Amino acid sequence: MPTFAAILKNIVLSTSFKLVFTFIFSLVLSFSVSAQDHDNGHDHDHSSHEHDEHVDQHLSCEHAGDHGQGEFDPGATAFHHIADANVYSIGPLQIPLPCILYNKNSGFDFFLSNKFGFDRIGHGDGHYAYKGYVLDGGTIRLIQDVNFPKEKTSIKGIVHDSEDNAFVCMGDQMYPTYKKSTADFGLFGGGITPFFDFSLTKNVVSMLLVVLLLSWLLIGVARAYKSRQGLAPKGSQSLIEVVFAFIQDEVAKPFLGKHYMKYLPFLMALFFFILGLNLFGQIPFLGGSNVTGNLGVTMVLAIFAFLVTNLSGNKHYWEHIFAMPGVPKPVLAILTPVEFLGVFIKPITLMLRLFANITAGHMVIIIFVSLIFMFSNNGTSYVGGYGTAIASTALTLFMMSIELLVAFIQAFVFTILTASYISAAIEEPHH
Amino acid sequence: MVGSIAAIGMGLAVIGAGIGIGNVGAKAMEAIARQPEAVGDIRSNMILMAALVEGAALIAIVVAFLVA
Repeated sequence: MPTFAAILKNIVLSTSFKLVFTFIFSLVLSFSVSAQDHDNGHDHDHSSHEHDEHVDQHLSCEHAGDHGQGEFDPGATAFHHIADANVYSIGPLQIPLPCILYNKNSGFDFFLSNKFGFDRIGHGDGHYAYKGYVLDGGTIRLIQDVNFPKEKTSIKGIVHDSEDNAFVCMGDQMYPTYKKSTADFGLFGGGITPFFDFSLTKNVVSMLLVVLLLSWLLIGVARAYKSRQGLAPKGSQSLIEVVFAFIQDEVAKPFLGKHYMKYLPFLMALFFFILGLNLFGQIPFLGGSNVTGNLGVTMVLAIFAFLVTNLSGNKHYWEHIFAMPGVPKPVLAILTPVEFLGVFIKPITLMLRLFANITAGHMVIIIFVSLIFMFSNNGTSYVGGYGTAIASTALTLFMMSIELLVAFIQAFVFTILTASYISAAIEEPHH
Repeated sequence: MVGSIAAIGMGLAVIGAGIGIGNVGAKAMEAIARQPEAVGDIRSNMILMAALVEGAALIAIVVAFLVA
């Protein structure tokens, strides 16, 4: 009797559905990023903060707008650069991206992010407010005051308090903005924005670029295999065949045995997508996108792994979770909850592992570069500056070569773990 | 204050994972030295085990982040 799960599984995994699946996969991903593009580990504060008119005493608009005045903060710099942004920077070139925003008061808004008037070089703060939105460090915030002018309005600057609340300065007034969404979706008292952001951000654009690049590369290779049957691989075929055969022989076959053809499209999609994004994020000055270092992206990837694993689960698999055979009843009372939690912890660790590894790699590189500014004392000490510049360039190059390795290993680990979870779910009883 | 304690917690979690991954790596090296022909199997299993150990540390780090 075909169950719902079996039908869904057949649809998802049938070979004719492969292309559509890949397409939906990328589409869902792109939306997931934009929908939660404010949670790049920016603020994990636990304290629930009321968004009232309360303004900290020490906070003032005096220095709003003049950058490079205060102390250099390596932590904030690192978080700013690994975060998503509504501006795509290629070297010194700042490309505005479309913003698609929705909130209850003003409905849908569609405009290019250059409406915010960000600097050609620099920090990503906008000099204008538009329809109540401001650009703060590359991401969009909404001003709480509904009476704030809706048209393009010049602002003096944006100041932050210690809890990552941003205040917009205009004239002598300070207008509080809504707090950014946190990674916990507001569950543990963090912020959650009252507007929906479907913008094509830096990460979404990078992801679409990678999807196009991979489609072009892989479809081309697939065509070549059809037209050159029986001939030796040529050109990009030689590049892809090594990697493809590696995943097929080292991951799919040993874990999935005779079922491997059924899951191979999914595993390959995962592997090449993650590898493509990891490597794309390594290219310096090209957007500096950190797509696989975004919890939203890794979460969707993990949800797919979770769905495929559990929808393939046979009776044997569920039996081992809810009623492990041959275990006494009292032990079962402890074992079953643990096993049940394990079903969810597995995809959660998948999500966190990829996110943490890629984010850490990006951060280490930024911190090494930041060392120059710290040791040169904000440009006052030439000896410190030039001395550290040489050392940190060498360290950065070393880290970047390590990161190339990590990019491959993490894509491989994600795939091999997904394969091992699926293999546990489809394993036949042998006792 | 809570932030510093969370940082200590992160450090402790990383010590545990470090010992774990160190053991996985050391034993894998020993196994490869004993049976060089099985290097492929050992390598993929080593990465799998290291990833599983790392998972425990990751959860601890995220909890530390959430309370910080």
